Amino acid sequence: MSTDQVIHLEKVNKWYDDFHVLKDIDLIVNKGQKIVICGPSGSGKSTMIRCINRLEAHQKGTIVVHGTELTNDLKNIDLIRKNVGMVFQQFNLFPHLSVLDNISLAPIWVKKMPKNEAEDIAMSYLEKVKIPEQAQKFPGQLSGGQQQRVAIARSLAMNPDIMLFDEPTSALDPEMIKEVLDVMIQLAEEGMTMLVVTHEMGFAKTVADQMIFMDEGRIVEQASPDEFFNNPKSDRTKLFLSQILNH
Amino acid sequence: MSSTAIQIISRSKYYNWLVKNLFSSWVNTILTVIALIFVYQVGSFFLNWAIFDADFRYNFQGELIIDRGFCSKNIMPGEYGACWAIIFARWNQFMYGLYPIEEAWRVNLIYALLPLAIIGILFDKIPFRRYFIYFTFIFPFLAYFMLYGGPGLSVVGTNKWGGLLVTLFLGVTGIGLAFPLSILLALGRRSKMPIIKSLCVVFIEFIRGVPLITLLFTANVMLPLFLPDGVNPDNLLRALVAVTLFQSAYMAEAIRGGLQAIPRGQVEAAQSLGLSYWQTTRKIVLPQALKIAIPPIVNTCIGLFKDTSLVLIIGLFDLLGIGRAALADMTWTKLYYEVYVFISLVFFIFCFGMSRYSLYLEKKLKTDNS
Repeated sequence: MSTDQVIHLEKVNKWYDDFHVLKDIDLIVNKGQKIVICGPSGSGKSTMIRCINRLEAHQKGTIVVHGTELTNDLKNIDLIRKNVGMVFQQFNLFPHLSVLDNISLAPIWVKKMPKNEAEDIAMSYLEKVKIPEQAQKFPGQLSGGQQQRVAIARSLAMNPDIMLFDEPTSALDPEMIKEVLDVMIQLAEEGMTMLVVTHEMGFAKTVADQMIFMDEGRIVEQASPDEFFNNPKSDRTKLFLSQILNH
Repeated sequence: MSSTAIQIISRSKYYNWLVKNLFSSWVNTILTVIALIFVYQVGSFFLNWAIFDADFRYNFQGELIIDRGFCSKNIMPGEYGACWAIIFARWNQFMYGLYPIEEAWRVNLIYALLPLAIIGILFDKIPFRRYFIYFTFIFPFLAYFMLYGGPGLSVVGTNKWGGLLVTLFLGVTGIGLAFPLSILLALGRRSKMPIIKSLCVVFIEFIRGVPLITLLFTANVMLPLFLPDGVNPDNLLRALVAVTLFQSAYMAEAIRGGLQAIPRGQVEAAQSLGLSYWQTTRKIVLPQALKIAIPPIVNTCIGLFKDTSLVLIIGLFDLLGIGRAALADMTWTKLYYEVYVFISLVFFIFCFGMSRYSLYLEKKLKTDNS
């Protein structure tokens, strides 16, 4: 069991000044697991996954990724970031670079890969997210859904074994959500370890093998999707589910 | 459609424009007429003075003007305008200062190569741009060798440099050296490391809080104190240090404005891909921030270029210094207007060029989809 364990959070606490965002978070993620995290805004779900690749620093507790503990040691942070990809709500593509350059940038500069090799890899991932014909365009010329797929390809090009998704479809127009979710479902089927913050409950039911509900900085409920949706234990979860499922 | 019909249409287009913009109401018409009279009066006065009634090299009697006594306006007061002969007589000084005239070709060569050295930085879509950029980096060494001298060339000390040479040297070198320094200062000011951050803040705020004249005096008097005995940098170098520090503080603030406009998500995305701080800065943050900051950067450059004329107070002869020296000469004295108009014109050409370039960039950046 422990050999499969890729992420381990133990009693993780974080404060923004006086505001206690994460309270004693315990979480174990095994290789290949797909975990969907939901909860009201301000519950700390984004902050939690942003702590896993150290975009945010935690103040108490331990976070271990692939046996490497996250501390202030920059070497450890670099090591972890190379293996953990992240997709953001606002895509965060680099607007001054072409789609191809967006994707090949990190392989070239972080992995020191030759340019043509990196571009071949970039093209293969663009094909995977089904927009190879956009390679020479700039992000500003693409639709939101296309941009988010480029962002996924950009992350995948570093060949990570864990992918973090921070509300990947929240900034998209409804008709573009599906194209992004399809890519994510495909990724899940290929066995990627995924932590997804989302309110797309349809997606959660399809791919998740663990559901996590967070509120006020705590993990309130953690269960299989079947149990989570049909038989939630806490009242807070019930209320939340009734609100997002029956709107 | 016949060509006359096209003419009528286009004529009525101008007519409509005139009516709409200049004669739309009685008040507007009166203002237009007053403005036209004013422009005519000032314009005709200036053109008569500067060109039609002016002497260039010869006076109205066809004599070569060799001192102010030959100027037509001094022979027939009230009849004639400017006497540009002073500019011709002092042309070499305006261009080279006291640079030995048999070596002036070296300065001319550098003047001629300067546009080639900066064109690669200014425009991104010129053919062979890469080679122009290479040349940009070779140019400072070439310019130093050609201007100062070295093996095979006689040494011309900077105390002999003057006029446009000093103005351009301080302006171009000052801007060129200040640019990398200002990037470091701007990054430092936004750094999370408290010591680096406060050093940069103190430096920038100190320099911005002090007039350039004070810095020039300080550099002139105090720089030797910081250097080991025997190292005695010449005046021009001292001025260059002051000008560079001054410019870097202002430019840093312009660049900081650009840095602040970059969304946090850009840095986060780069970090999450594993890029280091310097990789993120170089590949993601700076290309975007500098683009935004170009208009304010050019603004500070224009300011600096004009401020270089202040070096005359520490005894350097830039354009203005040479002009004042010419006026102090008994043969040419009192031709103030000619000298100052000429100097203004030279400064105007360079500053107007920078200003137009900035406008061109703003337009270009607006249409760039990238």
